[in-house]
Amino acid sequence: MAGLHKSDFANPVINWIDTRLPIFTMMQKEYGTFPTPKNFNYFWNFGALAVVALMVMIVTGIFLAMNYTPNVTMAFDSVERIMRDVNYGWLIRYVHMNGASMFFIVVYIHIFRGLYYGSYKTPRELLWMIGVVLLLLMMATAFMGYVLPWGQMSYWGATVITNLFSAIPVVGPGIVTWLWGGFSVDNPTLNRFFSLHYLLPFVIVGVLFLHVAALHITGSNNPLGIDVKSPQDTLPFHPYYTIKDSVGVCVFLLVWAVLVCFVPNYLGHVDNYTPANPMATPADVVPEWYFLPFYAILRSVPNKLGGVSMMFGSILVMFVLPWFDTSPVRSCRFRPIYRQLMWVLVADALLLGAVGAHPPQGIWVVIGRVCTAYYFLHFLVILPFLGKLERPLPLPESISRPVIAGGGGGLPGGAPAKPMEKP
Amino acid sequence: MRPAILLPAFVLPAFVLIGAALLAVPARAQESETPPLVHQHWSFDGVFGTFDNAAAQRGLQVYQQVCSACHSMKQMYYRNLAGIGLNEDQIKAFAAAILVPGPADESGQPTQRPALPSDHFKSPFPNDEAARAANGGALPPDQSVLEKAREGGPDYIYALLNGYSDPPAGMKMQQGMNYNRYFPGNQIAMPQPLHGNDVTYVDGTPSSLEQEAHDVTTFLAFAANPELNERHATGVKAVLFLVFLTGITYALKRKIWADVH
Repeated sequence: MAGLHKSDFANPVINWIDTRLPIFTMMQKEYGTFPTPKNFNYFWNFGALAVVALMVMIVTGIFLAMNYTPNVTMAFDSVERIMRDVNYGWLIRYVHMNGASMFFIVVYIHIFRGLYYGSYKTPRELLWMIGVVLLLLMMATAFMGYVLPWGQMSYWGATVITNLFSAIPVVGPGIVTWLWGGFSVDNPTLNRFFSLHYLLPFVIVGVLFLHVAALHITGSNNPLGIDVKSPQDTLPFHPYYTIKDSVGVCVFLLVWAVLVCFVPNYLGHVDNYTPANPMATPADVVPEWYFLPFYAILRSVPNKLGGVSMMFGSILVMFVLPWFDTSPVRSCRFRPIYRQLMWVLVADALLLGAVGAHPPQGIWVVIGRVCTAYYFLHFLVILPFLGKLERPLPLPESISRPVIAGGGGGLPGGAPAKPMEKP
Repeated sequence: MRPAILLPAFVLPAFVLIGAALLAVPARAQESETPPLVHQHWSFDGVFGTFDNAAAQRGLQVYQQVCSACHSMKQMYYRNLAGIGLNEDQIKAFAAAILVPGPADESGQPTQRPALPSDHFKSPFPNDEAARAANGGALPPDQSVLEKAREGGPDYIYALLNGYSDPPAGMKMQQGMNYNRYFPGNQIAMPQPLHGNDVTYVDGTPSSLEQEAHDVTTFLAFAANPELNERHATGVKAVLFLVFLTGITYALKRKIWADVH
């Protein structure tokens, strides 16, 4: 129904705009008074941190693109020129380079938060699936960005990863040639990766908008995993969560600054400071740390197509997770067995990361296979059965009347703790 | 009432510990035939580290008189030497002593001219093929970012320069290769570049092998990280600011949340 919006803002200019385009009312509703569960812990900072990381990456990336040359004969030198001759170029480039790691750290913790507290369960399935799309977009963007400096790892990483598509029967080799724009990773590949590396972050912004829009329909999950029952359970987003997120942002920037200023190359690979050389393969081709678990899964399967399928499957399984977890209880706090298995899964992922960092020899092959098998076992077998076998702890009546004071266990179901509300 | 299935309490910590232990293992195990690197004291180590200009200038002398016979440093300009404390006149004089290709003369013949501060460091060979031809087929790597391109960084370069000796009895060396205990595979094409007393330092420092290796490594670290002094200073300021900002933000958070139960 068309019609002017009836704005409540007193300021005449804001009121004039808001009447015609109610963005101020929208911001007030979605970020000002938005009712948010009052029991968030600091794990709920990480979504905001990921948004901060994305914004910093886009801003630094735009300035890098002003000075970067996507040509195989000039790319490496143009990055070094940014480091040496562009005003604060070293800062912009190191912030961007380490920003990829910081982005993945916060997103992985954000995903862990979702898994641990059951944020993927109804009614947030679609919100979760959009998040998995965001993860895939991020991975594609990070991979193509890593190719741009055109060092040895850039070149050989691009060669190994694009070659994965050759495992697809019949059309595989054709797809690889099409991706490369030629018969090997070369100038056309670098050009299109640069173009896509610039494009995808804005696609991420668009999908992120859907992620947040879906979140604001369902409302946030919370550490207890129970639904908001009354206004007593919530706080307005501002100032309570704007300030709490700000604390997290400060710590996040502190860690980032330490990486950039004191150990800017700690998370990188030394071989990427050697210009790309198609005639010389590095001793071992290793992806960036954030891809190591997936790389381990890829190499754990003796069959190429199998390995590629398992690697992509390890992320695709996240899409069906909301239906494989049969337990109606969201939060791990009330699922004694799942809580422990959640940490086993974390250890499994860390182990896979270690496997990915080592040449596939000896004990690493065995560990890799066991961990890969367990990863899929967790999602596809354990979760569906556990939901039926496990006896969850009694859930609290509401967020503001927790059944368990101080997080202990074993009280009979439904027994209200001492009333804690102020009169 | 079904009995709850609980894993033994030690399962979780055990898994996490195993994971942590495996992650702590260096990701890229060195070839077993190279001994572990010994960490040297570097002026540019640590959060307050800055380049020792005197050492870097001596290192420049070693680079100019020894390394630059084979190794290029394509990313460096002579003007960059201001970063290790050379003043404008010193840089001009240093560059002017080196002849670089100039514009063609009236008859179209190539000419040479003294280098300017705005010139790149002159490469010893016109191209990689010429470099290989002059070095028995091996390409001396460009040294601009060499310090960042090797596992171990300055410690590795220092160890390599000090790592030459006769091969152990029974080791079969390939034609034209030299034994170096720190080089992966122990066979390196580069003959021992420094022996001690290869240069006469302008500042009178005795030029032992260790001194030369230390100085030239400092210079290579500068060449690879010309921004390091500024980066460390920025880092200290940024960390102090962010710690302060975190503190007051947290205090404000406590104040805002004080009435929430």
